[in-house]
Amino acid sequence: MTENGIGAAVRRKEDFRFITGRGRYTDDINRPGQLHAFILRSPLPHARVRDIDTRSAAACPGVVAVFTGSDMAADGVGGLPCGWGITQKDGSQMVEPAHPPLAADTVRCIGDQVAVVLAETRALARDAAELIEVDYEELPAVTDLAAAGDGDAPQVWDEAPGNVCFDWEIGDAAAVDKAFATARHIVGIDVVNTRLIPNAIEPRCAIGDYDSGNDAYTLYTTSQNPHVIRLLMGAYVLHIPEHKLRVVAPDVGGAFGSKIFHYAEEAIVTWASQRVKRPVKWTSDRSEAFMSDAHGRDHVSHAELALNDEGDFLGLRVSTRANLGAYLSTFGPSVPTYLYGTLMAGTYRTPAIYCEVKGMFTHTIPVDAYRGAGRPEATYLLERLVDKAARETGHDKVELRRRNFIKPESFPYQTPVALEYDSGNYHACLDKALDVADYTNFEQRRKESAAKDKLRGIGFSTYIEACGLAPSNVAGQLGARAGLYEAGTVRVNPTGSVTVFTGSHSHGQGHETTFAQLVTEALGVDIDNVEVVHGDTAKIPFGMGTYGSRSLSVGGMALLAALEKIRTKARKIAAHMLEASADDVVFKDGKLTIAGTDKEVSFGDVALSAYVPHNYPLDVLEPGLEETAFYDPKNFTFPAGCHICEVEVDADTGVVEVVRFVAADDFGRIVNPMIVEGQVQGGVTQGIGQALYEQCVYDPESGQLLTGSLMDYCLPKADHLPNYEIATNTT
Amino acid sequence: MSRSVSFVLNGEAVEAEVESRTLLVELLRETLRRTGTHVGCDTSQCGACVIHVDGRSVKSCTMLALQVQGADIVTIEGVARNGKLHPMQEAFREHHGLQCGFCTPGMIMSALDLVRQNPDPDEKQIREWLEGNLCRCTGYQNIVKAVKAGAAALRAGQGEWRQQ
Repeated sequence: MTENGIGAAVRRKEDFRFITGRGRYTDDINRPGQLHAFILRSPLPHARVRDIDTRSAAACPGVVAVFTGSDMAADGVGGLPCGWGITQKDGSQMVEPAHPPLAADTVRCIGDQVAVVLAETRALARDAAELIEVDYEELPAVTDLAAAGDGDAPQVWDEAPGNVCFDWEIGDAAAVDKAFATARHIVGIDVVNTRLIPNAIEPRCAIGDYDSGNDAYTLYTTSQNPHVIRLLMGAYVLHIPEHKLRVVAPDVGGAFGSKIFHYAEEAIVTWASQRVKRPVKWTSDRSEAFMSDAHGRDHVSHAELALNDEGDFLGLRVSTRANLGAYLSTFGPSVPTYLYGTLMAGTYRTPAIYCEVKGMFTHTIPVDAYRGAGRPEATYLLERLVDKAARETGHDKVELRRRNFIKPESFPYQTPVALEYDSGNYHACLDKALDVADYTNFEQRRKESAAKDKLRGIGFSTYIEACGLAPSNVAGQLGARAGLYEAGTVRVNPTGSVTVFTGSHSHGQGHETTFAQLVTEALGVDIDNVEVVHGDTAKIPFGMGTYGSRSLSVGGMALLAALEKIRTKARKIAAHMLEASADDVVFKDGKLTIAGTDKEVSFGDVALSAYVPHNYPLDVLEPGLEETAFYDPKNFTFPAGCHICEVEVDADTGVVEVVRFVAADDFGRIVNPMIVEGQVQGGVTQGIGQALYEQCVYDPESGQLLTGSLMDYCLPKADHLPNYEIATNTT
Repeated sequence: MSRSVSFVLNGEAVEAEVESRTLLVELLRETLRRTGTHVGCDTSQCGACVIHVDGRSVKSCTMLALQVQGADIVTIEGVARNGKLHPMQEAFREHHGLQCGFCTPGMIMSALDLVRQNPDPDEKQIREWLEGNLCRCTGYQNIVKAVKAGAAALRAGQGEWRQQ
């Protein structure tokens, strides 16, 4: 291993600016002459907008313009597109309603955008917005997923009868019926996967900056994938060609999926900037984020597991309703389908699986990917069901899992729900987790808790994820409307330092360090001489961004491919300098050596020669040392593991304390173990958050968002949590 | 109506015109362009805006700019001295106490006030103290570790950092 190369717990290169207050987040940017936008939002879950009177607001001091949906429509602005189409059971396409950035004549959720005020300061814009008079005709609303399919439920869209956006299935229903017919036990469960609000600590922000001299636009935005925003907003909403639209996503303060999507505000500020010929900035309040960021999860499911006498899983049948909200967010429909139904094998060799999912419209904020996106929902359902099966059939819950795991020698393993797992050893992860959790002494600890009048419990979950979205051809067949490769450029500068341009985007994951580690490993360049650039469509050739655990497994692979091209070219240059054949040049630890001789040149000399090509094979080789690669994965990657949680419960008050948490994960080869451990700690905390603290609640009567601020929605805090014990196992 | 306010910011005298409704954090970020202090919420929960006013940690979203007339204010930009990181800043980097970095300035400013009051906090005291600082990335484990290490470094420290 090269020092600071793959496998080293390198301290993060990006940290200096963050710990000294010099990070540059979108809201830290102010453009000269900038106006501030305040967006007036619907206070009702469903209403017809009879009239909007903006005259008083427009007359306020400092107000430059007030726009409504009709202004955008008059300019030919399109709707926010959905990036994933679902083909239904009957072969027809899902219902895909219009999604104008500012509502046309109807609002369909609390927080729906109604009008935008542009003023010299944010306070003036907000003051003026209070004077906008909207004449709403209130209509009945349904926010509750379980009620949305009822015969008399209010309809969100005329074109979606019964509020069904799609009715989708995966797996073999007949095979499952057959398995159930022979089963000794059938165990059923009903589970609700609660609705969550992502709450990255940095609220969203967008600045549109129109350059009238060049008829060109720049959008600064809190995004995980600036190229995707350029594509969607440019092609579908504002009709701006790529070469006239630059999207910059600078430092982004956490995202967890919620900053993947193309949001209305991005289109509004970009469009408005052209209208008023001044930069326009919008920054979300936290309370505004609660009603404008896409939400997560929100499933209601019934599932049944068929087992034989010995406890072998014979078949699994799942029926889920998933809340999509009032509109389709960018990847909304893919989450409860291809990122959910395809995971129903979990870590088990269940031979027959069938899963059907109804995507439902409700009068709520759109639901889309949040931390894990679909896969945690599958894990939760499956593991709850396995636990219940163990209880009902009298099997030990650990042994039942172990018995049904896919065996280590069965890989590659084709599941009945489309995925082919490449590798894994679930038994090893389980054993490691049990060992670290000191499972054998659990009963003793239970007694000790009882002596303190506390109840003690232990819970197990195994999981698998399909990560590294995604092979483009597979994703395309499944409805993705984009490729899911990644791009990377390695630029070796004349004096031997390296600038990397990646289409991945870091919003906490530490790419500026891990990707530099890849460069150090491949080229032997000191890590301090590597700079990783991301988040700007004007600098990066192309990119699909960061989500679906794809940065290293897809973006990192693109970099490795570009690095391999650099190494090949460097060997050719060195061969010329050393008067040898490129085949004889060995490139190791930053030196290029002729095998079996003491003839060598440093990589720095090769780089200089590429840019000062005085002694250089110009007849057969271009000068310069810069390579770009696009990488499209052949399959997903399949990290898996076992987590064990021990809690103490105060039976009188119901207060639950997580007293021990063990995670044993198989992530494959790890580039930076310190960063990986940090990611696990954060992910586990969001899981504990959902289990114990967080839940988005709408009032079923009024349709109001009851958890509308951090006063009402509890994020996990430092004193809620224990230290986690984290172990890894690599296959 | 705008009024004048003057105070010391990171050791330098500053004066600014503010509206009576201007929040301290708005003055720092928008007028004085000290953007290291962040705004993560509107209900005083997240702690991304924590700074020191006269030596005590406060949420700068919860004070009016006019309230700091004559005060001594330190923001994250004023923590490192003479080009040297403060041991608490070093500890956050060393122990991977940050991911996206957005809550980090508030965490560090909060931690500094804790160790001023309690130079040797145990884990429980650290976790309770940080109750008013939200982090969505780290699960707090490495933040707690960093604060502990930063406190230890300060106790062992010499010269310029002993004041904290």
